Amino acid sequence: MSSETKQILTTDGIPLEVSLKKAEKKNKIKAFLLVAPLLLFIIITYVFPIGDMLMRSVDDKMVTEMLPKTFKSMEKWDGQDLPPEEVFEAFYFDFKKLIEEEREGKLSTQLNYTKNGFKSIIKKLRRKSKSFEEGNYKEQIMSVHRRWADVEYWRAIKRRAPAYTYQKYLKGIDMYENEKGEIINVPEDRRVHRILWMRTLEIAFFVTVFCFLMAYPIAHLLATLPMKYSNLLMICVLLPFWTSLLVRTASWMILLQQQGIVNDFFVMIGLVSDDNRLEMMFNKTGSYVAMTQILLPFMVLPLYSVMKTISPSLMRAGKSLGGTPFVAFWKVYFPLTIPGIGAGCLLVFILAIGYYITPALVGGASGTLISNQIAFHMKSTLDWSFASAMGLMLLSGVLVIYWLYNKLVGIDNIKLG
Amino acid sequence: MSVNKEFVKFDKVDKSYDGKVLVVKDLQLDIAEGEFITMLGPSGSGKTTCLMMLAGFETPTNGEIYLDGNAISSIPPHKRGIGMVFQNYALFPHMTVYENLAFPLRVRKIPKDEADKKIDKALSMVSLQGFAQRMPGQLSGGQQQRVAVARSLVFDPQLVLMDEPLGALDKNLRESMQYEIKHIHESIGVTVVYVTHDQSEALTMSNRIAVFNDGKVQQLSSPDELYEKPVNSFVAEFIGENNTFAGEVSDISGGKCKVKLASADILANPISVKGKGERTTVSLRPERALINPSDKMDNIHKGKIEEVIYHGDHTRVRINLLGNSEFILKVPNSSSNLDIKLGNEIKIGWNSEDARALDPK
Repeated sequence: MSSETKQILTTDGIPLEVSLKKAEKKNKIKAFLLVAPLLLFIIITYVFPIGDMLMRSVDDKMVTEMLPKTFKSMEKWDGQDLPPEEVFEAFYFDFKKLIEEEREGKLSTQLNYTKNGFKSIIKKLRRKSKSFEEGNYKEQIMSVHRRWADVEYWRAIKRRAPAYTYQKYLKGIDMYENEKGEIINVPEDRRVHRILWMRTLEIAFFVTVFCFLMAYPIAHLLATLPMKYSNLLMICVLLPFWTSLLVRTASWMILLQQQGIVNDFFVMIGLVSDDNRLEMMFNKTGSYVAMTQILLPFMVLPLYSVMKTISPSLMRAGKSLGGTPFVAFWKVYFPLTIPGIGAGCLLVFILAIGYYITPALVGGASGTLISNQIAFHMKSTLDWSFASAMGLMLLSGVLVIYWLYNKLVGIDNIKLG
Repeated sequence: MSVNKEFVKFDKVDKSYDGKVLVVKDLQLDIAEGEFITMLGPSGSGKTTCLMMLAGFETPTNGEIYLDGNAISSIPPHKRGIGMVFQNYALFPHMTVYENLAFPLRVRKIPKDEADKKIDKALSMVSLQGFAQRMPGQLSGGQQQRVAVARSLVFDPQLVLMDEPLGALDKNLRESMQYEIKHIHESIGVTVVYVTHDQSEALTMSNRIAVFNDGKVQQLSSPDELYEKPVNSFVAEFIGENNTFAGEVSDISGGKCKVKLASADILANPISVKGKGERTTVSLRPERALINPSDKMDNIHKGKIEEVIYHGDHTRVRINLLGNSEFILKVPNSSSNLDIKLGNEIKIGWNSEDARALDPK
């Protein structure tokens, strides 16, 4: 159509689009300046750390930089038999430089990640290398320890040559790349991470279910009670929100322990015998109970905000048209609360999947989650790149759930308030 | 076949929400089969409460409601088989128009082909064929209202309740919907109980109107009787426009009474006054008073024009008459020859029969 292609002009003869842009430019700049501090804040506190995490999880430059000559000379080595003399020589000079810089300890830690047994032989090499003579380094190094004459260890060193690696991700799902470059499972007795992932998903799933079952009636009550009662109930729901997370978790420890109030009560009413008190803490039960209570408001609030908008006359209409109270609820009320259910479940599940403090305190050995493992690697083993890899796996897991949710329910149907 | 005169019967129904105030007091009301009855009253007068009790969403504090001879207080709403149209339509927003109409049929386990026929019929009744697959959100207010009406009728209930169904529509649409609902009622003969606070709506649609105030039915009669012969000053005030004079009965004889006002005496029709010395409010419809009355009228007084408001088809004239500065006259537009100008003194006359001496306010 001609009217579409024809440019519309203002009365002054300037094209309308140009004029509009000019008129709105000032507002656009104003709007941008208003959000700029927040944008900057998000970039600094969110985008950069995540980018850094991503880099760290695949970064393997440390060893690459520590043994530059070795890796260069290893390029020609096929990895079948022991490497030739020039590799040993290059390794000796790299190592000598590391000793001067006092960085050989770091090298031993790094190589030990790849293969156990490097720590002691590097220590030994450090001692012995002071008295090394020039030439024939292969013989001299091999005589330090018999492991230096084992081709497996030299292959392990070569595997650290690339500056980037996905080994940490494999480790996160209990797999590794063997000498031949095949990706295989670790032995069954050492598969700790898969159990943790499954447990994290399981606990997050059931906590979401429990939260939903408990929050739905509460939210319904909140939305339908007269104002003066609903305000009180709302405060009851929010009160835990205003209490420190640590205090709430600690109070669960008091309640749930074997000599705790809940057990005392069960003994009193004769549900369990005194010498057979229930173990409700330092296991999954503890994590379930405490996390459900702590995450409950995140389910109640979105549900409440959706239910508040549902006119009570809809249920009445359902009943007056002949639906039993259950049919009216199931066919009319429930479908209208789905946006709230979606929002609440997504919120609780995502929060639960990365929960840390509560499982750490009341979860014990069988109730800890993947985030506790991440923290363990951050603080204890100092294997930050592994921690980063697991953190990113968790993040991508959340994104997958978000994507699935969008496919199934549609993100437009979410209603947080 | 005789028509059931007591199809719906409120028998001495009281309702209180807090145990202190009665919202509905000793309600006694019979509704005949096929009747269109309107409960009219200001907000808080108890009319909606009555409707909710009939629908089953509120229980009477005392008394009993009968539907076709059966006491229904113990029957839950979904078993009463009463259609209902709500104030805000209450269409199910997540269902199409078709599904909305199918809801009452599905819960009654009516086979699909029969249900489809009923839905088609109901939709054509409100002239919304072709809208079956729309969502309620895609319809205009008037269309939603028609869907709500169709839904309340689709399962062939004997009784339909309507709770201010046209309150949210604009004036023109409201008027056309009034006629539409009236025609639907006439064509299918269902009993309708209609609640509104809009008196013109009540007057145009109903067979009978129950005027509610203060939890009581003030008057129950046909629209014309309600307008022409209000039994008390509340009804006279509430329905239509009204000129009032407050005074004291000084003489009563031969179907007429003399009411003493501050400045003069007027003759009136004694409705709720019995003897001399009683306080009374005399009510007179604006159209019953004439300017420069030609024929013999037994009340003729002089007043001064204080305001003239042009209304298109008629002109409203506010006159200071016998100490009442709010006396309103409606002058048809054709009588432009009359000397209606601000400040003019004119003669006003009316028949004593039209001036009803009611209870004092």
